Amino acid sequence: MALDTKSLFSFSPLHRLQWEEAQQRFVILYPEGMVELNLSAAEILKLCDGTRDLEQIVSELETKFETTGLRDDISELLQSALDNGWIRQIPRQ
Amino acid sequence: MVGSDKFPVSSPRWLLAELTYTCPLQCPYCSNPLDFARHKNELDTQDWLRVFSQAREMGAVQLGLSGGEPLVRQDLPILVKHARQLGYYVNLITSGYKLDEDKIAELKDAGLDHIQVSIQAPERTLNNYLAGTDSFENKKEVARLVKKHGYPMVLCVVIHRQNIHLMREILDMAVELEADYLELANTQYYGWAHLNRDQLLPTREQFQEAEAIAQGYKEKLKGKMKIYYVVPDYYEDRPKACMNGWGTTFLTIAPDGLALPCHEARSLPGLNCPNVRDMSIRDIWLHSDAFNKFRGFDWMKEPCRSCPEKTRDFGGCRCQAYLFTGDMTAADPVCGKSPHRYTVTEAIANARSSFQSGEGKPLVFRNVKNSKSLSSRMGKA
Repeated sequence: MALDTKSLFSFSPLHRLQWEEAQQRFVILYPEGMVELNLSAAEILKLCDGTRDLEQIVSELETKFETTGLRDDISELLQSALDNGWIRQIPRQ
Repeated sequence: MVGSDKFPVSSPRWLLAELTYTCPLQCPYCSNPLDFARHKNELDTQDWLRVFSQAREMGAVQLGLSGGEPLVRQDLPILVKHARQLGYYVNLITSGYKLDEDKIAELKDAGLDHIQVSIQAPERTLNNYLAGTDSFENKKEVARLVKKHGYPMVLCVVIHRQNIHLMREILDMAVELEADYLELANTQYYGWAHLNRDQLLPTREQFQEAEAIAQGYKEKLKGKMKIYYVVPDYYEDRPKACMNGWGTTFLTIAPDGLALPCHEARSLPGLNCPNVRDMSIRDIWLHSDAFNKFRGFDWMKEPCRSCPEKTRDFGGCRCQAYLFTGDMTAADPVCGKSPHRYTVTEAIANARSSFQSGEGKPLVFRNVKNSKSLSSRMGKA
C-alpha cells in the first residue's frame, strides 16, 4: 500500500507497542512474535495515535530533536510499518 | 560457564506454559510426551502466578498458554489477567473445543491478546477423524467469534500425509474465515508424531507440491494474511536452529512444574530438569545443569565442533539427535554432514513404502488409554 501523506496514522489494534525494561527498548508485539525497535523508529511509531499526519509527525520530531530534514527517513519508516501491518492510515474526514 | 565472555547467557523471551496434559482431542501427532498420563500433580494457580512473575522479571515477554487443552483450566481467566498486568503478550493456543462466546469475551476482558485456533483439516470428516472428536463446526464458529471480538485471528493447521493433499482447501478455508495469520506447521516428528511417523510423513513430491501451492497463496494474500510455513526438516539438508539455541530464548514449564529448555526435552534421559516447585526461574535459567548443558558450543562433537555453520543452527535439535542416534550430543541427523543422515533417509523410505503399499500400522491416537499402555511398555524397557 502506498503511503498517503495526508492520512492520519494510527497504531494497529492487532499489534502492541511496549517499552521493555529488560531489553531497554521499545518492541512491537503480535501473535507469537516480537520486533525490536531502535530509538528513532520508536519515536516515530509512538506518534502514530490517530491524531497526526506525516507533516505533523515530521515537525514534532524535528522540534523535539532540534534538527531538520527528517521527512525522508520518517516516510520511509512509515511505509515499512504500513507494509508490515504495524500502522494503519485513516483518511481525514 | 554461566555468563562466560565467549557465550554470555541471554534472558528468556518466550515462556510456554503447558497448563495441563488433559485434552478432549486425540491428535496422533501431539507433541506431548507419550507417557503424559503418568505426569499428574498439576501446578496450582499460585504456582503459575509465581512462575509468570519470575519469568517476566527475567525478561520473558511472549507467553504461550498451551497444553493439552488450556481451556480445561478453570483458573484460566485469573492466569490471563495476571500475565497481562505483568506486561506479557498473552497467546492462547487452543483446539477451540467448546470455547463459547461468553468465555471469549471474558478472556478478552482479562487481557488476552490473541487466540490461536487449530483445525485439523478443511473438511468435517477428516478433521473429526484426526481430532478423535466431533469438533469441526465448533472450531469454525470459534474462529469467527475470535475475529468478532477483535483478536488477531491465527489459524494453525498441522500438516502431514493425511491432509497435505488438501493444501489448497486449507488455504481457502483460512481466507473464508478471514484469518490474519495462517500457520502451516509441517509436523515435527517427536512424541506421538514420531510414533506415527510412517503414517504421517509426506513424500518429497507431496511436500514440494504443497509448498508450491502455499507459496502461490503467500504472494496472492500479501498484506491481507500472513502465512507462516514451518518446514519439514527431514527434507532439508541443514538442521533447524532449534529453540534459537538451547537456553537462549525459550522456557517451557510442563503441567507438573518441570522446567524445560524445549517442550520435548523431558524425553532426554539424565537431563535432570529442575522443577519450579523447588527452584526460582532465575536459578533454573542461570544455574541449573539442564539449562547450561547445551549452551554455547563447548559440548559439541564433530562435525558440529569445527563447522562454520554452528553459530547459525547450533547443531540442530538435541531431542532429534537423541531419537535417531541415542546420543544427545551428536549432530542433528537431518544435517547432510551428519554421519547419521542415512537414518533420516531410511525413515523417509519407510514412510514412502507405507504410503505406496497403503499398509502399515494404524494411527495410534493420543489419549489416556494409549498413553498408559505405552508408559508401561516404556517402564519395562
